[in-house]
This record gives sequence, C-alpha cells and structure tokens, in this order.
Amino acid sequence: MVMEKVVYQRPESLTDTVTHYCPGCTHGVAHRLVAEVLDEMGIREKTIGVAPVGCSVFAYNYFNHDYVEAAHGRAPAMATGIKRVRPQNTVYTYQGDGDLASIGMAEIVHAAIRGENITVIFINNAIYGMTGGQMAPTTLAGMKTTSSPLGRDVELTGYPVKMAEMLSTIDGAGYIVRRSLHNPVNIRKAKKAIRKAFETQERGLGFAMVELLSSCPTNWKITPQEALDFIENSMLPVYPLGDYKVHPELAGLRV
Amino acid sequence: MTKQLLKGNEAFAEAAIRAGVEGFFGYPITPSTEFLEYMSRRMPELGRAFVQAESEVAAINMVYGAACTGKRVMTASSSPGISLMSEGISYIAGTEVPVVIVNVMRGGPGLGNIAPSQGDYFQMTKGGGHGDYFPIVLAPASVQEAIDYITLAFDLAEKYRSIVHIVVDGNIGQMMEPAELPPMRKIPKEAPEWAVTGAKGREPNILTSIYIDPVDEEVVNIRLLKRWLEIEKNEVRYKEYALDDAEIAVIGFGTAGRVASSAVRAAREEGIKVGLFRPISLSPFPKKQIEEISKRVRRILVVEMNSGMMLEDVKRVVQGRVPVEFYGRMGGVTPFPDEILDEIRRVDSNTADVADLEREQWLDRLEARIAGGK
Ligand SMILES: Cc1ncc(C[n+]2csc(CCOP(=O)(O)OP(=O)(O)O)c2C)c(N)n1
Ligand code: SF4
Repeated sequence: MVMEKVVYQRPESLTDTVTHYCPGCTHGVAHRLVAEVLDEMGIREKTIGVAPVGCSVFAYNYFNHDYVEAAHGRAPAMATGIKRVRPQNTVYTYQGDGDLASIGMAEIVHAAIRGENITVIFINNAIYGMTGGQMAPTTLAGMKTTSSPLGRDVELTGYPVKMAEMLSTIDGAGYIVRRSLHNPVNIRKAKKAIRKAFETQERGLGFAMVELLSSCPTNWKITPQEALDFIENSMLPVYPLGDYKVHPELAGLRV
Repeated sequence: MTKQLLKGNEAFAEAAIRAGVEGFFGYPITPSTEFLEYMSRRMPELGRAFVQAESEVAAINMVYGAACTGKRVMTASSSPGISLMSEGISYIAGTEVPVVIVNVMRGGPGLGNIAPSQGDYFQMTKGGGHGDYFPIVLAPASVQEAIDYITLAFDLAEKYRSIVHIVVDGNIGQMMEPAELPPMRKIPKEAPEWAVTGAKGREPNILTSIYIDPVDEEVVNIRLLKRWLEIEKNEVRYKEYALDDAEIAVIGFGTAGRVASSAVRAAREEGIKVGLFRPISLSPFPKKQIEEISKRVRRILVVEMNSGMMLEDVKRVVQGRVPVEFYGRMGGVTPFPDEILDEIRRVDSNTADVADLEREQWLDRLEARIAGGK
C-alpha cells in the first residue's frame, strides 16, 4: 500500500477561485504567503483585510476571511477605524505602490506615526498596474511607462521613493522590512517577514509593514522570466532588501 | 432628566455619546471644533474610540472602516472639511453602511470664514460625493432639536443603512440654550449580520462599493433608490407655525427659519396673515406639504442664509401656482428678524408678478439695504 502525504495544498485562508492576475504576476504569490501565515497562526477567523484600489482590488474574492474594499490610498485610515473599534480583530491592508506611496502617502505615514496596530502588505512593482502602466512614485530612474514614455526623468518627476527606509524613521513603527518575490529563496524570506509583521500586531508592538518587490510583466512589457530578472538586476540595487526597523521584542522571535 | 444650560457643539457630542456612538474620528475646524474636543475627553473616559485624524480625508475613511463593523460611528466637521470628506461619503453610500455626519456650516466658498452660513445646502442635499445616491439631511434649529435629531440620526442611519447628515450653522453650534439630554443607550453586544467582525463559524462578509459589471451596479442603484423612495415616504419632518389661515407663507430652515419665526410672530401682531413652514428634513424634502401650502396662500417668501438654494426646491414644488419671493443673507451674515419683518410686509402688499426674477429683485433690495448701512 502506498501512503500518500499531502505536501502542498490550498491554504484555508484562500478561496478556491482562479485569480484575475496576469501570468507571471507575483500578486498571487503574495496572496498565498499571507494566507499561509494566517492559517499557521490560526487567526483566519478573526482577521479583517482591507483591499486597495489597484490590481488587487478584488483581493477579497481570493481570501477566505472578512474583507472591506477601501478608496484609493485610504486603506490605512479604514484599517485604523476598524482596529480602533474592534481591537480584538487582526486587521491588515494590502496595497500597491500607487495606492500606498502616491495618493495614500498621508494615510500610510500617519498610520505609522500613530503606531496603529495594523499590518501592511505593500506590493512595490514600480508601476501603476491596474490603470495600464503609468509612472508610480516608485518607478525607477529612466524606466519607460505610459506616462513617462521617454523614461522617468528624475529631475522633473522626482526620485523613486523608498517607503521602508522612510517609515523606519517613525517612532510608532514596530516592524518595517523589505523583501522580494523574485525567486524561491526570497519568497521563503518574505513569508517569514509576513509572519513577523502579523506577530507584531498580535503582540501590540505597533505599525508593521512588509514591502515586497513584485513583478508586473504586463506593464513592464517583458516576459515573466525577464520580469523576475528585472527585479533582481534593476530593482534590488535601488530597493535594498533588509530589516529597516525591528522592535526589540521581536528580535528573538523565530518563525 | 431636567433641562440644563448646554453649549451647542458640546451638547451635540454628548447626545451622540448617549445615542451609543462607539467611534469618533475628526479633524479640527471652526466652528465645529468643540465637538471634537469634547469627544477627545469623553470617548476615552468611556473606553470608546477617538482619533484626531491627519485630515478630513483620513477621518471619513476611519469612519468608513469603523462603520463596516456595524458599530455606531460618526464625525463632525465644517464646510471645507465636508468637501474633503466627499470621497469617503460616496464610498460609504456605495457600501451601504450607516454613518452620521454633523456639518456645522460656515461662510464660503473656499476658505470663506467661520461665520454661520447655509451655503452648503446643495452640497449636503444633492449628494456631495460622486455617484447615484441620496443622503438623509436633517436641519435642526435649536440646541434641543439638534440633540433630538442626532439621537434619531443613528436610528435612521441603521434602519436604512444610509448616511445621515445633520446640518446646523455656527449659530446653533456655538449657542448656549437650556436643553435636555437623552438617557444613556446600552451598547448592543451583537453586531448586525452584514458587519465585518471576523468570519468565525460563518462565510466571510465582504463590504465593498465596486461592482465592475454595470448590470450588478445597477442592481445596487435600484436597491438604493427603492430604499430612498421608502425614506421619502416615511421620514419627512418639518415644523409649522400659524399656517392655518395664512395668506403668506414664509419658508426657511435652521437658523434662517428660527429668525423668520420671530419675524412671523411680529407680523401677526401687525395683523398680517403670515405663517412659517420650517423643513427639518431637507432631504427628503417636504414636497407634499409645501405643495399643499402653495394651494392655500397668496404668496411665498423663502428665507435662507445663502443665495437661494432651497428656493430652487421650493419653486420646483410650487410650479408657479403662486409667486415665490426670496430673501437671503450670504457670506456668514445672519439676517435680523427686522429684516425679515420688512420683507413680510413688502411681500404682503406686493401684487406684482415675480416672473422668475426673485433673485435679481432680492439682490437689488439687498444691495440697497447694505448701501443704507443696515
Ligand atoms: C481617486 C482615484 N484616483 C485614481 C484612480 C485610478 N486608479 C485605479 S488603480 C490606480 C493605480 C494603482 O496602482 P498601484 O497602487 O501601483 O497598484 P497595482 O495596480 O500596480 O497593483 C489608479 C491611479 C482611482 N481609482 N481613484
Ligand atoms: S497588470 Fe501587472 S500588477 Fe496587475 S495583474 Fe497584471 S502583472 Fe500583476
């Protein structure tokens, strides 16, 4: 008799739904990591997610827990409202870089300043995905987008914004790190960081954000494999991976 | 409970507390700031949530999030702040969550000033946020009325899963008046079934305002509209004074209505057959009642602290049955009872056609009055 052992299955925190994400997009990978962490921590039934406006606007169709859908950039404010009246729940936002670093810059910074006990999953793909590939505040210098057709001119449009570095200067922040989703090793590290970001909330240690370097082959106009290479070769030098702020109480935490 | 001398904004805040508000999110702005200041002390005292947000944009989105949990939540602001909130207001309408918003209106447009005004009539009653929805708008005219209607506002918001705007002006927000507060409401333990509370032992709840397929969005629009028609049927509120035998009807809301009531009383003493109709629900607008009045009186005088906004709603209902005249002050100027008394006398003896020139004629009179230093 052959004994079968399940080594890979859909986490309970994900619904059995085919996503609308493009082939080679790492939004789906990020979803799965969050879902695995919620399962492993056993907090699915008390978790409330806040979806952004962006390609992940329909995240609530893929996650199997309570969800609300915010206005563009306002997810941290919405999460604040939920967490303040229901502190017993786990509350997280899932946001793109246009959402978090452009239109929602004030909301994310002030959520960190207040030390809101929420977890933020920040997808940095250096572009506006949903609206068809316009320049984001995170777009690399010289990178061509539909609204910087000659390549981003940093003299005119500013330099790529480094959210993890910036938010790590804020006292209310408990856990601020940057990870990447471009290969299995980094995906595993990203999952550990997501786990710590939720542990930060469970322990009441303040605002937690994991910035995830993510692919957008569609709007970068390259193949999925080239997109992963682009993260490694072009994004990593501008957005170094690392732990930018870790609350002392998390330092010894093994996940 | 007995009457005490209460200050407008603080009394409204306490009324909201007694009505069971569990979350207040706001940003300071005159003339509504005392509301926020009062809440900053009182809410933590009761173990309830208070956040001074970084902006009105954030404040309304905190309200939005908190409302999704099914708890009673609110904000209070003033005209420019309400403008910033209009994005969130639209999302709240689209998500069908109950929220109470107090607007202590001030002079505008732009930064304007901090003096009492009714210039936000269109903004409040005709939507404010984008898209296809109708808000409930209540306009109390005294501290007591505001207390009563704030309490009612939470019930209406929950009953219809709707936004309820309470609009007052700086006069009512700042005035001290004897009034009585309601008893403290018990906070319910159970959340409504639609709320996000964590999907424990049930299917996930999803609260959203996006319906990407137009056919689905239309289903929502139809639901919102049906609910609105229900509201129009059930929730019209107003006050009448001396209208039974009136030949002239004065129509005004909030402070303008209150000032007009003094003028109407004085005019009655002079033997002028005049009465007052004061809409309290600006939305739903008391259409039937005003239509009825227009069938009984000779002339109507609309009095507002704006350039004639409710005037347009009144005229739509009156449909030319009788002449509708207008008198208003703008920019944060509150009219005196004497001004309105003058107007009542004039309207009483006027037999001329107004021919849709009521604004032009009023402006001439207003400018003459201002030039005369009155
Ligand atoms: C107030 C407002 N302005 C603009 C838009 C249009 N819009 C939708 S998504 C988006 C950008 C999303 O990009 P990002 O946050 O980077 O997420 P991605 O799609 O790349 O995952 C914009 C500008 C909107 N929905 N609301
Ligand atoms: S457009 Fe880009 S971010 Fe959006 S789903 Fe496609 S690949 Fe992903």
